[in-house]
Amino acid sequence: MLRVGLGAAAGAALLVLPFWVPSNWQNLLISTFYYAYLGQAWNILGGYAGQLSLGHAAFFGIGAYTSAVLAIHLGISPWLGMLAGAALAAILSLGIGYLGFRFGLRGFYFVLLTLAAAEICRLVALHLPILGGYTGLFITFRPNPWQFQFRGKIPYYFIALAFLGGSCAIAWLIQRSKLGTYLVAIREDEDASEALGVDTFRYKMIAYAVSAALTALGGTFYAYFQFYLQPNSVLHINHSVDIMIRPIVGGSGTILGPVLGSFLLELLGESSRTYFAAGTAGLNVVIYGLLLIVVVLFLPRGVYPTLAHWMRRRPRDSA
Amino acid sequence: MSLLIVNGVSKSFGGLRAVQRVSFDLAEGEILGLIGPNGAGKTTLFHVVSGFLEPDEGSVTYAGESLAGLRPHDICRRGMVRTFQVARPFLNLTVLENVIVGALEGVAHRREAVEIAREILDLTGLAGKAASMGRSLTLPDRKRLELARAMATRPRVLLLDEVMAGLTPTETGRLIELIRAIHGRGVTVLLIEHVMKAVMALSQRVLVLDYGEVIAAGRPEEVVRDPKVIEAYLGADSADADSRADG
Repeated sequence: MLRVGLGAAAGAALLVLPFWVPSNWQNLLISTFYYAYLGQAWNILGGYAGQLSLGHAAFFGIGAYTSAVLAIHLGISPWLGMLAGAALAAILSLGIGYLGFRFGLRGFYFVLLTLAAAEICRLVALHLPILGGYTGLFITFRPNPWQFQFRGKIPYYFIALAFLGGSCAIAWLIQRSKLGTYLVAIREDEDASEALGVDTFRYKMIAYAVSAALTALGGTFYAYFQFYLQPNSVLHINHSVDIMIRPIVGGSGTILGPVLGSFLLELLGESSRTYFAAGTAGLNVVIYGLLLIVVVLFLPRGVYPTLAHWMRRRPRDSA
Repeated sequence: MSLLIVNGVSKSFGGLRAVQRVSFDLAEGEILGLIGPNGAGKTTLFHVVSGFLEPDEGSVTYAGESLAGLRPHDICRRGMVRTFQVARPFLNLTVLENVIVGALEGVAHRREAVEIAREILDLTGLAGKAASMGRSLTLPDRKRLELARAMATRPRVLLLDEVMAGLTPTETGRLIELIRAIHGRGVTVLLIEHVMKAVMALSQRVLVLDYGEVIAAGRPEEVVRDPKVIEAYLGADSADADSRADG
């Protein structure tokens, strides 16, 4: 009952929030939702199935570039183009997954495979004229909702929020289904799962495709929020790290982990920028890094599982 | 009619011939014990039969169908399931969830899988621990969970790899009763076991493996008197026994 009430209150607050806060706060919230969304997409493969991908920037980039190129050259709405990008990303993920899972790459080797695939995508993008190469791809701003272009931040706020809500709903459905049970079993012990009749190859492929397609949708959002795409930001390994770090800090393999992780890191990043960026150059990044180390050191399973454990313990202790 | 036919199976790792031309049949409803000194190739043979390893030569036929090229989950779904020598519970899942993983295939709704899992937990004496995490279980309970998960797949053939290892005599006695109960439900059992009390109590027939080869087969009380078997376990001389103990 308390949880339902809290949820409703939080939902109502999120609906009115963008109208009350200043524009830089709107940006902060959009960025939080958007990275929580990407984190949730990564979480399906990395958190639930335990297959660590350090190459999700590839799917993100495919989603961003596909919808942008289709809109620029063929006038196709990004709302449709994003589906094409998601399909392409899913196909690429199945290709990488086939290589990795069929040949039994696990742990570090799978991580390296995903990283290599993303680097190839970045290099290809740098040399493809249609994607703008080094110069990057500019999208001309012509406000039109059907072209995913909006005046002001508020429409982006609600789209990002809807994306996040959708991704959490998908994670929730997966968690309750046979797929979710199997993914967690695969994460815990792949051979034991296989011995119990779980087609581990098939379920890892499904998780990878879903994760890649969702990530690509996030790429389209980025393209039409920034109006500029450059391979060295969109497809860079740094971006892959940005995508995976939030669910890891917040608690991978849980629904609320990526959300909590995104809020925490956004808060950390913003406050270290506010308080330390003015002095020595780069000090804010050092502080951010140090705080990150503290979080990972003291909450190795992530913030959410530790918090949930603590909340469950307390009523019993006081009783 | 044999349910499982292993015919001339060999498997080498580099220069080590782990299993050499092993043949045997397993009849429906039988309990067959597979014994032999450490390193005799018993677990390798299990890996081949359960689909975790491809044999270099020879064939495995289950219920009239060749298992060549099938992956472990295919074989499990056809009704033959294995346990692992070192129990491998899903550490961060509850005991109930562990068993549900085995029960999910072939049911329409998760609720059915939960029902199957609860029934199996009753059978294996783990019902009281349903909500415990896999990581919190003691060794005897881990062994039981290994058995429970396998039973949740509703097998026709159960391949048990040293389920008794590391148990006290009392616990061994209880587990023997459990395996008898499972056999009583019509499940055929192939049992790798070092604990002779269990082998003698359960097996209708025993197969002895040494250096990857079958050296004896027959009723348990005959096999243990076979000079070749005694030699394999104790060694022709002590030097031989020492070198084997190191291997």
